Amino acid sequence: MDIVTEQRKKLHPHKFTLWVAIASILMMFAGLTSAFIVKSNQANWQGVEEMPKFFWYSTVAILLSSLAIQMALRAFQQREMGKYRSLIATTLVLGVLFIVFQWLGFGELWDQQITFKGAGGGQFLYVIFGLHALHVLGGIIALIVMFIKAFFGKTKTYSSVPVEVAATYWHFVDGLWIYLLVFFLVIG
Amino acid sequence: MSEAMSVHPEVVTTHDVHHDEHGGGHHKETFISKYIFSMDHKTIGKQFLITGIIWAIIGGLFSVLFRLQLGYPDQSFPILETFFGNWAKGGQIQPEFYYALVTMHGTVLVFFVLTAGLSGTFANILIPLQIGARDMASPMLNMLSYWFFFLASVIMLSSLFIQTGPASGGWTVYPPLSALGQASDGSKLGMDLWLVSMAMFIVSSLLGGLNYISTILNMRTKGMSMTRMPLTIWAMFFTAVLGVLSFPVLLSGAILLLFDRNLGTSFFLSDIVVNGEVLPNEGGSAILFQHLFWFLGHPEVYIILLPAMGMVSEIMSVNSRKPIFGYMAMLGSLFAIAILAFLVWAHHMFVTGLNPFLGSIFVLLTLLIAVPSAIKVFNWLTTLWRGNIRFTPAMLFAIGFVSLFISGGLTGIFLGNSTIDIHLHDTMFVVAHFHIVMGVASFFGMFAGVYHWFPKMFGRYLNNTLGYIHFWVTMVGAYLIFWPMHYEGLAGMPRRYLDKSGWVSFNQFGDLDKMITVVSIIVFAVQLMFVFNFFYSIFKGRKVTTQNPWGANTLEWTTPIRPGHGNWVGEIPEVHRWPYDYGKDGRDFIPQTEPIGANESKH
Repeated sequence: MDIVTEQRKKLHPHKFTLWVAIASILMMFAGLTSAFIVKSNQANWQGVEEMPKFFWYSTVAILLSSLAIQMALRAFQQREMGKYRSLIATTLVLGVLFIVFQWLGFGELWDQQITFKGAGGGQFLYVIFGLHALHVLGGIIALIVMFIKAFFGKTKTYSSVPVEVAATYWHFVDGLWIYLLVFFLVIG
Repeated sequence: MSEAMSVHPEVVTTHDVHHDEHGGGHHKETFISKYIFSMDHKTIGKQFLITGIIWAIIGGLFSVLFRLQLGYPDQSFPILETFFGNWAKGGQIQPEFYYALVTMHGTVLVFFVLTAGLSGTFANILIPLQIGARDMASPMLNMLSYWFFFLASVIMLSSLFIQTGPASGGWTVYPPLSALGQASDGSKLGMDLWLVSMAMFIVSSLLGGLNYISTILNMRTKGMSMTRMPLTIWAMFFTAVLGVLSFPVLLSGAILLLFDRNLGTSFFLSDIVVNGEVLPNEGGSAILFQHLFWFLGHPEVYIILLPAMGMVSEIMSVNSRKPIFGYMAMLGSLFAIAILAFLVWAHHMFVTGLNPFLGSIFVLLTLLIAVPSAIKVFNWLTTLWRGNIRFTPAMLFAIGFVSLFISGGLTGIFLGNSTIDIHLHDTMFVVAHFHIVMGVASFFGMFAGVYHWFPKMFGRYLNNTLGYIHFWVTMVGAYLIFWPMHYEGLAGMPRRYLDKSGWVSFNQFGDLDKMITVVSIIVFAVQLMFVFNFFYSIFKGRKVTTQNPWGANTLEWTTPIRPGHGNWVGEIPEVHRWPYDYGKDGRDFIPQTEPIGANESKH
């Protein structure tokens, strides 16, 4: 479909595009977290006292999913398609689990009276974690496409580039989550 | 990663085989896949251009309407009531309508015309053609980029037709005005549509930017080292980098504003009373939005300007039949501008109560931009110096660009000083400054590009006579419109005000404002003439009969007159030299594809 020529390439253009996209997404979260820092110096600021326990569960889920997709990539490269399929499925389930835990974590926060009212850091939490969850959701959609291809695809593909791109993105949202969690634990 | 690499050659070869078969553009194409959901970078570029032209007509018309109000505040124009009904009751432009016009004029021209219409068009058309690639790194993302822009356009256009009207708090949409529906009609549904439309627009420009960067870095043909790239490509590259790193920050600001508007959060709101109602919001910071906005907003002006600079450099060298003066200096100054663009945003905020010490740092960084700008101007002038100049319409617009960039840039030195800015902030002086240096100058770059690459885009020429009329009227008109605004601004006349006749001290400018209005109507009419020329020439223009009508060195002129998808029939040419070998060793020009001769001198 795409037109690629015999040019010398150090990095596949799709992978390169992903890295630029990651830089771009990072800028958005940098904007949001610096807004958090600016606003935490304003009057009537309330920090988030206690991180909901579900956020710890979701951390475990996304860390495991990162491991799973890495193993899936290795399985793909070694042409062990059965193992690849089950690992992709595992990643997918863990990814969905992450979103569910985030949702439950939001519920827990809401019950702690951290709502959209007032001036606290809680509002930022909903926005920032919510946007992160959207990025995970994007990854899940990509995984679903790969999942369907792995199970029902008629054409055999030997290029591991799409799997690598997906894995890199998945590690990125994982790392981003760790950054956000640490940010809120330290500064929030 | 090493395992991944070993798979690569395999992938590339499969692609190669595929494209040797189909590279010449023999895909089975239906009307829809060829002209609508096209993945050909050239078609996508034309889609951006034509959508941009339509937006430019709308945005330009808005300015004519509010100029009527500014030039003739007391007169009534019954025809306006015929067209706009309640918005122009009794033939008088109503305050809400006026603010909507001003806001939409800014939004449309800055984002939809000069960002999408300018870099969207020329990055798409020129990048693969000038670096020697068959298409973008990801044609699919490229197509999505246009369709997100189209979606953004539809949403923004629809906001013009709702009952409460479009956003009207200025193109910078500062809260609290933009956050509170109670505060003005334009802050109701129109503002939500504005934010959603801009979110789509940001997605579009990010998808585009990603593609431009990875195409330039990964898809260059053999021999096309980074320093053999035409300056257009360098400019598009820095533009894309600026966009990719700054638009996400605007997105985060827009999302927070959407929350404040619809979910009752207090990111930007604090201690507000509207129409006697005390709002519960506390602890928000309106200044925070300005920081987020201008962190994009300032790079944005270079996103607009850099592509024009790149195209002007290329067109000027071709039409002077001389190498560009100081290629590396041009490149270095583009780089310096791109870096500085991120470090000067607070100069838009000198009067917000910014710490004066911090302000002085921003003054210093702002004035530093004068250095790369002056280098560029010097190089353009020395490129013209003793050149064998061909005054094509494209060349005239390129020279006009330099003139406008100088006169608009000089007033930037005034505004960049925090002390003088206290007097000049939010006056007509600012309007004059940024319209000349960013608005009209970038438009000139865009016109130069359209006139120069029209033969490549459509296989026909634009009409020259209409081109010359277009240039001279626009050039003289631009100065007549914006030069007097400096005087108004120095006298303290505020911008964005509906009616200034209440101030005795501004009455002296009444006739001047009338003159500006008349000239802007004439200039607008001439732009319509250009639009006519554009569409007429697509179908009826003089046909291009030679592959390389301007005698240029760059790769796009080695493609067929009407290139198909894939650009080159057969092999992609190899590059052996930089693109500016004009008037060298007794030869008029030496294309990039020609190997270095045995006795050739160095450039």
